[in-house]
Amino acid sequence: MCGAPDQTVELPAGTDLTKETVLAGRVVADGQPVGGAFVRLLDATGEFTAEVVSSASGDFRFFAAPGTWTVRALSRSGNGESVLSPESPGLHRTEITVA
Amino acid sequence: MSREDVLVTADWAEKNLGTEGIVFLEVDEDTTAYDGGHLPGAVKINWTTELQDAVRRDIPTQEQFGALLSAKGVKNDDLVVLYGGNNNWFAAYAYWEFKLYGHENVKLLDGGRKKWELDGRTLTTEVTDRTPTSYSAKPADNSIRALRDEVVAAIDTKNLVDVRSPDEFSGKILAPAHLPQEQSQRPGHIPSAINIPWSKAANEDGTFKSDEELTALYGEAGFDAGKSTIAYCRIGERSSHTWFVLRELLGHGDVKNYDGSWTEYGSLIGVPIELGAR
Repeated sequence: MCGAPDQTVELPAGTDLTKETVLAGRVVADGQPVGGAFVRLLDATGEFTAEVVSSASGDFRFFAAPGTWTVRALSRSGNGESVLSPESPGLHRTEITVA
Repeated sequence: MSREDVLVTADWAEKNLGTEGIVFLEVDEDTTAYDGGHLPGAVKINWTTELQDAVRRDIPTQEQFGALLSAKGVKNDDLVVLYGGNNNWFAAYAYWEFKLYGHENVKLLDGGRKKWELDGRTLTTEVTDRTPTSYSAKPADNSIRALRDEVVAAIDTKNLVDVRSPDEFSGKILAPAHLPQEQSQRPGHIPSAINIPWSKAANEDGTFKSDEELTALYGEAGFDAGKSTIAYCRIGERSSHTWFVLRELLGHGDVKNYDGSWTEYGSLIGVPIELGAR
């Protein structure tokens, strides 16, 4: 299905972390979670790949692949970004500070 | 065709909320987004249950589409303004269906929900109830819809514009990266397709780029303005966004959306598939 899944800390049932490369994290400003931020996943060339909206607790996640990715957040509190370089499947976490 | 014929700005929308004869409809990829807050007076359309058949894989029939708009309280001569999240992906898909079933007076809110939210404009959780109407949909205009045989015949002949991300195009991944990669069909792209990700047509705030920027973008990627065009993605929503750009903003004549897209093409027996970047 293509409906954007809820962005929660819990992974969807059946997620196989031996096969899926999950990039997950939280958007924060002054140490507080930022819900409703637009979080975009950019590939190694800076190309847009996907976008989700962070949950009330600031959480977001993407199903990607090993490689280098930039996660960029836009919000009314400001913008920020973080780079992840997963080398293998599994859960890879980050935090994006927006200002 | 000019921008004003197919797009409204957030400022215009804010001034025209509640105007008689104008209906705002929200269509989101995340079908719960409306419930958490929407433009005052806007009505929700759930693409998963209302913009496709519930059983067969297909768009609604003429009768189903008419019944849907009747239930939403849309009249045949209303101006419908569609908007949604994720840079209007699904709003553009709805726009394509509205045009397909002959509703001429339809526009997109430039920037959709994202620009509206980033601007800090008013959202409400109050659900809008409109009086039902008797909407009558026109027969489907298949000049804007491509089916699979036509797509195979278009290889090396028409512009085939694959609007998925480069990693989906090359065959590295099968679905956009915010979704589980569960599909079983073959990865890759239709031979001779050019890859112009839909997202390149949008600014970071979700608004469409200028006509000059868009013309340069497609020209540089090998789009031939003298040829007919078929756009596709994975399930036909992102390609609706590009269909909108090519036909409604840039005014190219023969542009079709292939709503079967990669989930259909990549599952067909015996059709040619190309792997790797171009």
